[in-house]
Amino acid sequence: MLALGQDEIAKYPFLADAGQYLKDMGFQLEQFGTDPDLKALVETAFERIKVATDGQVYKSDLVDGQVSRDAALPREVFSFLIAIVLLKLCGMPTLIRRFALAEARRAERYLERDLANISDESKKELAIRIIDDLFSVRVRKQDDFFVMPAADYLKRAVHFHEREWKLVNRHVDGGLVFLSPHETVRLIRAELGIYINSKINGARTPAMILGFEETVGRLVSISKKFSTHTVTTGEYPPCIKHAIDVLEKGENLPHSGRFMLATFLLARGQTVEQIAPLFKNAPDYNEKITLYQLNHLSGSSGSGTQYNCPSCEKLRTQSLCYAVPECDNIITPLHFGRKRS
Amino acid sequence: MQEGDVKFLEGSFKKYYFDHFGLVHVPDRMPEREFGFQKFNSGMIRHISLRDDKEMHLLLMREVPSDVYCSCAYYSFPNLPMREKDWKEADLIFDIDAKDLKLGCRKDHTVALCGDCGSVSSGERCSRCGSAKLEHKSLPCKDCIGASKGEVRRLTAILTRDFGTDPKDIHVYFSGNEGFHVYVYNTQFQQSGSRERSELVDYLMLNGSVPETFGMKRNNTKRDMLPDFGQWGWRGRFAGEVFGSKTKRSKAVSKLVSDGYQSFQQTLARLSEKIGVKVDPNVTMDIHRIFRLPGSLNSKSGLAKVFCRDLDSFDPYVEASFLSDDTVEVLANCPIKFRLKNKKFGPYVDETVTVPTYAAAYMICKKLAKIT
Repeated sequence: MLALGQDEIAKYPFLADAGQYLKDMGFQLEQFGTDPDLKALVETAFERIKVATDGQVYKSDLVDGQVSRDAALPREVFSFLIAIVLLKLCGMPTLIRRFALAEARRAERYLERDLANISDESKKELAIRIIDDLFSVRVRKQDDFFVMPAADYLKRAVHFHEREWKLVNRHVDGGLVFLSPHETVRLIRAELGIYINSKINGARTPAMILGFEETVGRLVSISKKFSTHTVTTGEYPPCIKHAIDVLEKGENLPHSGRFMLATFLLARGQTVEQIAPLFKNAPDYNEKITLYQLNHLSGSSGSGTQYNCPSCEKLRTQSLCYAVPECDNIITPLHFGRKRS
Repeated sequence: MQEGDVKFLEGSFKKYYFDHFGLVHVPDRMPEREFGFQKFNSGMIRHISLRDDKEMHLLLMREVPSDVYCSCAYYSFPNLPMREKDWKEADLIFDIDAKDLKLGCRKDHTVALCGDCGSVSSGERCSRCGSAKLEHKSLPCKDCIGASKGEVRRLTAILTRDFGTDPKDIHVYFSGNEGFHVYVYNTQFQQSGSRERSELVDYLMLNGSVPETFGMKRNNTKRDMLPDFGQWGWRGRFAGEVFGSKTKRSKAVSKLVSDGYQSFQQTLARLSEKIGVKVDPNVTMDIHRIFRLPGSLNSKSGLAKVFCRDLDSFDPYVEASFLSDDTVEVLANCPIKFRLKNKKFGPYVDETVTVPTYAAAYMICKKLAKIT
């Protein structure tokens, strides 16, 4: 476990052992529901969650990454800890996810600042150690950059859809990817979110605390606004239309294209028997093999694994993507024409 | 394939495995690999586990496979169904195939076999029955092999410079048909998944690059932000290819800036086509794939998949042809000339010819001859 100073606990409260911290400070959870002075912290904790659900980052009382006033440290840490208790009592996973992501973004700002800190080497080292210890990313400083092995970079960057994160758009040399402090920290945001999320999910859910009921009720009503419904137009995306065109003309569709078409149609609810005739015009058509392969993809034969339709990213690599403006940056052909209502 | 052809090929392949078992490369960590094989006129049998070279030899002698495969991946239980295998890691392998290089010579040595009437023609439709169900067969020429070697060199250069790979860890094999398989050992990507490998392939192919990476912005591009000679990765290669020489850089930069962002995107697309490495992305990203076993025969040609000690001097039509010199009579319909073991063969138009086993097997594997 990392040894943390006061500033670090305020900046990265999720690293602290919550129960122990409360005990060390001489408090019990129940006091926050009844003590008028402490009750204000419950409201701060609520605000901290509310801000997160609005997609914003909670504004801390820290100045330049340091605890500004005596009261700021407990407020920073307690509001985080109480927020976790409220989320556990509320029991809505959507809120937990959003809160974890917002807290990750908050911590990201401090990590970035610490990494870029020229005057205080210890802050930089601690930031590197946090990244290394929590996420096993081997980051080190090289000239003006932070460098990490390309494999470590890719493990994280593949989850980003912006083109700037593609390896081809990165400074790569000698097996290392060169990054700014901002990029280094941005890279681990999702993991930071997952880490915080898992810490919250792993925490024990206490019995309802007297004085917390009304706040928990407000959180439940907030979470209701996140339930959405989607409608799909039913139109096929251009990649699928192209694949069908190729087959209809009796031309050869590569294996990867056939895989895409079959998995797409299976995901849209078509049966193997409905899909099989599409391949009849293929130059190498064999009914037995086609049915075998379709059954395999649908999971009704073989290992039972149901194969997923490839992502747009993968289809681009395979030269199977024929994107049109209506694709609107979707990440899988299955999302084509889908609108939220 | 008709019975006589299968019998002939099985006999020739069995003799090869008996005489040349030493050429079959028994991979490291053999018990952790999945093996598979095909027999002539039959489907794939996979999820096989082999403990040592003796078991491998036994399989080759007993089954006389048309093709033998070995996984790039290492598993705890290689013989179980895929989801129960417990994937540990996988070697990084690239496939470079002449058919993907869009070479001008290809049309000169490719024929179309009709799936309906079996005749050989060269158009979009069968010249005899008009069917569109055509299977294309190519007999790659020297230029195809030369161009594939060029791609291997380009790949090797990027792997060593950009990814710090030791050249000793890059092993190049002739695939046994139209290209090369490049195995890269001891890399940091050993445990990388499919998506990561796909990104690596995009890097090598220069796919998905944006002008900003090369210093070009939609507005207010600064000239000194554009690539220069000796810079890292693709920026350095961009400078070499687009500017040509240091003295031409200034003029070329002015043109790039004045032509604007969209034109720059087109430059990148052209560059990707020209100097991006042409590997088959599906092969590298497939971490469960079984690859033709080095040293085994390829049923598409009768040639062996062999290690290339010296890529420059390597001649697959001499160094990968191991079937016997014993002659055999075949009915050949092979309108393309070819050369094997420094001997010329063809063209043959529906004629009965007596040729060495290696040449007969080559044509039969291409479905351009039959045992009489």
